[in-house]
Amino acid sequence: MTTVPLTRRARPLVAARRGMLSGPGWLPWVLLLPALLFALMFKFIPMVEGLRMSLFKVQPFLGDQWVGLENYRTVLTDSRFRSALGHTLLLGIGQTVGALVLGFLLALLLEGQTRSLWVLRTAIFLPVVTAVAVIGEVWRILYFPTETGFVNSIAGWFGLGPFGFLNDPDQALVSVMVVGVWTAAPYNMVIILAGLAGIDRTLYEAAAVDGVSRWQRIRYIVLPGLRPAISVLLTLAAIRSLRIFTEVFVLTGGGPAGSTEVWMTRVFSLGFQRNDLGVASAASTLLLLVTVVLTLGMRLLTRQKESGS
Amino acid sequence: MSMSSQFDTALGWSPRLGVGKVLRILLCAVVLFVFAAPFLTIFAGAFNKTTDSTQVTLYPQDPTLLGFQIAGEKGIWGYFLNSLVIVGGGLLLQLTVSVLAAYALARRKFRGHTVVMLLFLLTMMLPEEVIAVPLSQVLAELPFLGISLKGSVFGVILPVALWGFTILIMTEFMKEIPREIEEAARLDGVGELRMLWVIVLPLSKPVLGVATIFGFMMIWDQYLLPLIAADDPSDYTLTVALSVLRSDGTVGPGVLLAGALIALVPSLVVYLLMQRSLIRGITAGATKG
Repeated sequence: MTTVPLTRRARPLVAARRGMLSGPGWLPWVLLLPALLFALMFKFIPMVEGLRMSLFKVQPFLGDQWVGLENYRTVLTDSRFRSALGHTLLLGIGQTVGALVLGFLLALLLEGQTRSLWVLRTAIFLPVVTAVAVIGEVWRILYFPTETGFVNSIAGWFGLGPFGFLNDPDQALVSVMVVGVWTAAPYNMVIILAGLAGIDRTLYEAAAVDGVSRWQRIRYIVLPGLRPAISVLLTLAAIRSLRIFTEVFVLTGGGPAGSTEVWMTRVFSLGFQRNDLGVASAASTLLLLVTVVLTLGMRLLTRQKESGS
Repeated sequence: MSMSSQFDTALGWSPRLGVGKVLRILLCAVVLFVFAAPFLTIFAGAFNKTTDSTQVTLYPQDPTLLGFQIAGEKGIWGYFLNSLVIVGGGLLLQLTVSVLAAYALARRKFRGHTVVMLLFLLTMMLPEEVIAVPLSQVLAELPFLGISLKGSVFGVILPVALWGFTILIMTEFMKEIPREIEEAARLDGVGELRMLWVIVLPLSKPVLGVATIFGFMMIWDQYLLPLIAADDPSDYTLTVALSVLRSDGTVGPGVLLAGALIALVPSLVVYLLMQRSLIRGITAGATKG
C-alpha cells in the first residue's frame, strides 16, 4: 500500500469512499442494540458484580458484609494460590514455547504443494478442532499409569518407563503440558506455514548462489521473515494460558496433591465447591486485571510497530 | 506448472528420491502417528468388545456396538441433544447479533462509533473464565428481569450470543464491500433492512463461512459455562457429560470413548466441510496481527 500524504481537502472525500453511508441517525443504534444488550447482561454486569463481590464477604441469606481489600489479601497470602500462580506460569511458558517450537518444526517438515502433504496437514490439524474436554478424556486413558497403558507401552519399546504421568505429582504438570503442546502445535503450524509462504523465494536462490548452508538460511532468512507471525502467536498464547482451565480440570482436577492446580481451578473450587464467592471474585478480578493490562500492552506494542514500519 | 526445486521450501526438501526424501517420509510417518493415534484409539475403544484402560488399541478388535448401547442407557443421546440445541441456537443467535452490529459498524456513520468498537474489544478481554463466578450469579437471577436461566439451555445460548471476535471479523469484511453497489441499490429504492438482507449479506458469504466454523468451535468447546449454567448433571452438554461417564464406576472406558466419539463427529463434519474457510480465517487473522 502506498502512503501518499493527504491534503486537507482530500480527506473527507476519502472518508466517504470508505463505504460509510449515512441513513437515519437512529438506525445504527437499533442494529447495535442486541449486541450491546448481550454485552451488558453477560459481560459488563458480571464484571461489575465481580468487582463488587471481591470487596465483600458474600453470604447468601445473611447479607453481604463489607471487608474492603481483605479478600485480595487472602488471595495474595494464600499458599495454594501462590503455588497455583507458579503452576499457571510454568504451564503457560512451557506450552507456549513447546507449541511454538513444535509448530515451527512441523511447518518445516510439511511445507510443500503436493497432495500427500496437504492430506497430512489436514489430518494432523484435527486436535485443534476437537473439543478440549474430549482431548482431555482421551489423554487420561492414553496416560494410564501401568506398563500396559498406551503411552507407557510405547515408552516400553524404547526401554523407558513405566511412568505415573497424571498420577505422579512430579510428572503430572509436564504431562498436562505435553497435551497442551500437542493440541496447539498444529494451529501454530498453519500460521507459520502462511508466514513461510510469504517469504520471497528469490532470497533462497540468491543465498544459494552465495553458498549459504541450510541452517544459515533458516537462521538469517526464514526466522526474521516469520517474526511478525511469531510475536503475535506468543502474546496471544501467553494471555490465553493465564486462564487455562478445561484441560487441567478434565485431566487432573488440580491433583495429585495440588501439583497441577492452576489459578482457575483454584477459583473454581473456591467459588463453586466451597462457595467462598468473595475470595473467588477477588482472584478473578486479579486475573482480569492482568489480562486487560497484557492485552492493552500487546495492542499498543503492535500498533507502534505498525506505525514505525 | 513450474518444476519444483529446492527453493520451494525453507528447508530445501529435494523432490527426488534420496536420503533426504526417505528421512522426510519417516519423519512424516512419526508425526502422523503422534497426531492420529489418539483419534484411532477413540474409534477403536468405542467399538471394542472389552476395553479397559490397559487395552487401548489402534483398531477395533472383535467390534461391537455394546459401548454405544450402554452409553445410550446412561443418557448420552440426551446430552447430545442438549449440545445440538445449544450449538444450533447459540450459533444462530451469535450470527444474527453479529451481522446486525457489523452492518452498523461497517456501513454507517454515527457518533459513538469508536466507543462501541472499544466496548466490543473489551468484551474479548472478558471470557467466561475471567467472570465465571459473578456470571453464575447473573445466570441464577438475571438483572432487571429476575429470571433464572440455570438448568435451561438458554443459560448457555444467551451468553455465547455476543462474541467480539465475530463482530470484528464481520465488520472488517463488510467495510470492503464497494459503496457503489449500495448507492445503486438505494437509487432503486431499496430500504435499510432489505439492503442488509439482499445486498450486503449475500456478498458476505465468505466471512459468514469463517464465522460459522469459528462460532461452532467456540460453542462446542464450551466447558465452564455449561457446567455453571447447569442445575444438575442432566443439563450438561455432551462434552461436560463425558466426566459423568468417566466417574461412573459401572461402565468401562469403552463407554466413555463411545461418548467421546459421538462428541467428536460433529466437529469432524464441520471441519471437513469447511476446512478451507477455517484455514483462511486462521492465516488471515495471524498475518494481519
